[in-house]
Amino acid sequence: METLTKTMQGVPLNHYILLCAIIFSIGVIGVLIRRNAIVIFMSVELMLNSVNLLLTAFSVYRGDATGQVFVFFVMALAAAEVAVGLAIIVMIYRNTNSVDINVLNRLKW
Amino acid sequence: MSTFYFIAFLSIFFSILVITAKSPVHSILYLILTFFTFTIHYILMNAQFLAVVNFIVYMGAILVLFLYTLMLINLNKESEPRKSNLVKIAGFIGGACFLITIVAALKAFTVSQPVLLSNPNLGLVKNLGKILFNEFLLPFEVSSVLLLSAMVGAVLLATKDPKTA
Repeated sequence: METLTKTMQGVPLNHYILLCAIIFSIGVIGVLIRRNAIVIFMSVELMLNSVNLLLTAFSVYRGDATGQVFVFFVMALAAAEVAVGLAIIVMIYRNTNSVDINVLNRLKW
Repeated sequence: MSTFYFIAFLSIFFSILVITAKSPVHSILYLILTFFTFTIHYILMNAQFLAVVNFIVYMGAILVLFLYTLMLINLNKESEPRKSNLVKIAGFIGGACFLITIVAALKAFTVSQPVLLSNPNLGLVKNLGKILFNEFLLPFEVSSVLLLSAMVGAVLLATKDPKTA
């Protein structure tokens, strides 16, 4: 483990921010271009994970473990969110027989 | 140092595959690979607790839940209706504008310090557990209530309504 951590020494913080920004934008693009509700949900997961990685990077950078505790809470929240969200998707499928989000346009005016 | 760039490239590559794969099952499998590269990132930062939690909770529990849901709702009959190219281009431009804004804001910073691990046992289970059960005891207990309510809500939503069924 010592040698593993030695290998990451010297990566600038900006590169972590850049990596997480790229993955977050990929998640945003995924939400915008897909119509399958499950794939949209997976893109949201991608965004949550990129934020988790950045929080950990900042926590290591500052030498403060609070950021990693916060990531743990974000993971607990994501688990709850996935359970409720997938239940809603199953219910939508039962009512409309598809997971296409364009079927759900009742709130459109 | 080059390990980081290789793993970062893999993360971006697999996450692009997640949103471009035709079949939702392939998307989920690519998402598992993406989360695996995230676990490697955590190990590189010596955040061992988060690496294990990411491995077990995300790759073990959440993505299996996704796969089960996909199995329950049978999507094999008709493939996903494609969005028109105009909407796709607009979505891509929107996301790219977001990325450019963040990168431009990053340029305003001075040259960044490297991420150095000053305290080697920062992300170990012992250290995080002490913080979690001293300073963050109340949020920890509240999150258990959150998980309980999510479980009740999921069961309530997913069970069939006996009047309509």
